[in-house]
Amino acid sequence: MEVYLDNSATTKVRKEVIDKMLEVLEEEYGNPSSLHRKGYQAEKLLKEARENVTCLIGGRPEGIIFTSGGTESNNLALIGVAESLKKKGNHIISSTIEHPSILNVLKFLEENGFEVTYLEVDKKGRVHPEDVKSAINDKTILISIMAVNNEIGTIEPIGEIGTIAREKGILFHVDAVQAAGKVEVDVKKQKLDMVSLSAHKIHGPKGVGALYLSEEVRIRPIIFGGGQEKNIRSGTENMPGIVGFGVASRLAKESLEEVSQKLMGLKKRLWEGISSEIKDVHLNGPEVEEGAPHILNVSFRGVRGEVLLHALEEEGIYVSTGSACSSKKRGGSHVLKAIGLKGDLLEGAIRFSLGIFNTEEDIDYTVDILKKKVDFLRRFKRR
Amino acid sequence: MKDVLLIKYGELALKGENRSFFENTLVKNIKYALRDFDGVKVEKTHGRIYVECEKNVEEAIERLKKVFGIVGITRAKEADLDLEEIFKAAVDLMKSHQGKTFKVETKRPNKAFPYNSMEISRRVGAAVLKNVKNMKVDVHNPDVLLNVEIREKAFLYAGVIEGAGGLPLGTNGKATVLLSGGIDSPVAAWMMMKRGVEVEAVYFHSPPYTSDRAKEKVVDLCKVLSQYGRGMRLHVVHFTDLQLEIYEKCPARLTTIIMRRMMMKIAEKIAQQNGSLALITGESLGQVASQTIESLYVTNSSVSLPVFRPLIGMDKREIIDIAQKIGTYEISIRPYEDCCTIFVPKHPATKPKLEKVLEAEEKMDYQKFIDNFEEEVIEI
Repeated sequence: MEVYLDNSATTKVRKEVIDKMLEVLEEEYGNPSSLHRKGYQAEKLLKEARENVTCLIGGRPEGIIFTSGGTESNNLALIGVAESLKKKGNHIISSTIEHPSILNVLKFLEENGFEVTYLEVDKKGRVHPEDVKSAINDKTILISIMAVNNEIGTIEPIGEIGTIAREKGILFHVDAVQAAGKVEVDVKKQKLDMVSLSAHKIHGPKGVGALYLSEEVRIRPIIFGGGQEKNIRSGTENMPGIVGFGVASRLAKESLEEVSQKLMGLKKRLWEGISSEIKDVHLNGPEVEEGAPHILNVSFRGVRGEVLLHALEEEGIYVSTGSACSSKKRGGSHVLKAIGLKGDLLEGAIRFSLGIFNTEEDIDYTVDILKKKVDFLRRFKRR
Repeated sequence: MKDVLLIKYGELALKGENRSFFENTLVKNIKYALRDFDGVKVEKTHGRIYVECEKNVEEAIERLKKVFGIVGITRAKEADLDLEEIFKAAVDLMKSHQGKTFKVETKRPNKAFPYNSMEISRRVGAAVLKNVKNMKVDVHNPDVLLNVEIREKAFLYAGVIEGAGGLPLGTNGKATVLLSGGIDSPVAAWMMMKRGVEVEAVYFHSPPYTSDRAKEKVVDLCKVLSQYGRGMRLHVVHFTDLQLEIYEKCPARLTTIIMRRMMMKIAEKIAQQNGSLALITGESLGQVASQTIESLYVTNSSVSLPVFRPLIGMDKREIIDIAQKIGTYEISIRPYEDCCTIFVPKHPATKPKLEKVLEAEEKMDYQKFIDNFEEEVIEI
């Protein structure tokens, strides 16, 4: 039996997405910049994809800039704003639990004269809007906070932060890579100026993403060339990827309610199973019902996360320690440290992330195997 | 006139009656190293091996630099025994060199050639001066030393590329190396291969404590080592059950040393099955608790085959230098845990006593694990 519970790392591509991508690869292979009919057909597909992606977060289709993925979108948002507003100010507000594609860009900006306030989070991983408010000074040009944390599933109060930012006239960027298709992201309602998205987290292909820009935002490009994507992201468009992203976005939007209910049901079932069957477990991050419906982070005291991961893998169950991006690094996750985890709770953390293809049977099987493996591994605790 | 590679092999020439065995093995290894090259001819005459290689000479030289037993590789021109031909070869060769001054040195083992060494040098020098621009003679401190050898043909060369040295692989029997995936053990294997020893490798795999990536790392190390020989066989031994038995039955302080003894016993069994007459380990005296002189004594007592530890007197820095040179370092530092590190106790015994260790081992039934270990054999 194969149970894939690592959907925050990446997801399986939906059949409908693959079909449409194949059509682009095999037939509609034109370059949207070409003047002839083949190019025009491609341009139409590009326009349609833009509309499809927009429906996921609201706003205007012209605001969508296609990129190579979440990392590039985050780089473009931060560096692009910093470059275009550096005369206005040099202060940026973010949090300690952002994705490395935010934190490492901020580190780079700090080396280049910018000042960054990293807001601390509470034990549930929540950024407090009051903290955002009090961090703002007259040099502040940008606030960047993620919508859903990728390791523990905390839903950040982006609506409240959006209101504060709008009042102060400061640009607000949201990394919504983990939120899209699972929790509500609405650029109008929540007053978001920039939003990063990624296709492969919503059953689309890898290598494609988008940065949404509201009308007022002016940013400098970080990639220069032939002027595609309104001169903000040059390079011939990744048409199969973009079209696939469009289909995945539309499907995600159409099923958002249903999917998030289903995933929350599975997540509750998983946590109930784990907490009733296995002793000495610890839920990391928000309460089950408060968090994103697809992410559950649990520490099994006395068991090393990586060993449990490989033990589960032997039975066809795929999970993560920390996040996929940080799991190859030593020293433990920066997110888990930020919410105060230490020692064997830090070392014993496992992230289960659910997706649309998971079933109740998957969950029951996982609980069953977990119990056996954790019991076994606890016999051989390092001494 | 044609291009040839002259292969020099130093130490072999001293080996008396075995000489032809060593030479023939080296020829065989050279042919193997260049097996996928078109139009390669390898010939052995008078203490020299000649390699004719029509295409990809640079790549051929790179391969030959990994053949043990070769001391130097020289790119040479082979000319007929005719002065005009020799001049042409000399001019050709010198045109490809950067230097501004040169000197000619001639050897003439073939006394049938009608000019003596001095005369040949003088005439070849004159031809070069006449035909190569901006080239002057300097007999004391030349930029380029042009060698002319008069044998059954004339060979002209300038400059020698250093070879790997050592003895041809396969001239010193076979041994089995315990490969962990770390920095040291591949270097140890390489050093014994350099002395002509054919090597098989054993890796101890402990899922779920070690991952597929840790295993892949060892496979990749074997691929690098196999470039110095003719492929390699890797035994991946499933070690988890025995490790857990040690954990449950033995005192914490002794688990590491007992684990190492068990690895040696299993490796010895594999060695006996594959015709190895020794084991190889990457131990270096004093590096960690299991490599103190007391620990090595206890580990060594677990087997009767000789154990080669070529790194025993080396510093970590020296080992790393070799690892970088032979191309294993980058693979060895990939961050995946091997089975040696997973159950390391906080305070391992640094001076274990053999009687205590034997006593502790009595408490578990290790023989059944050693008699029935599971392995996967990978041919690389």
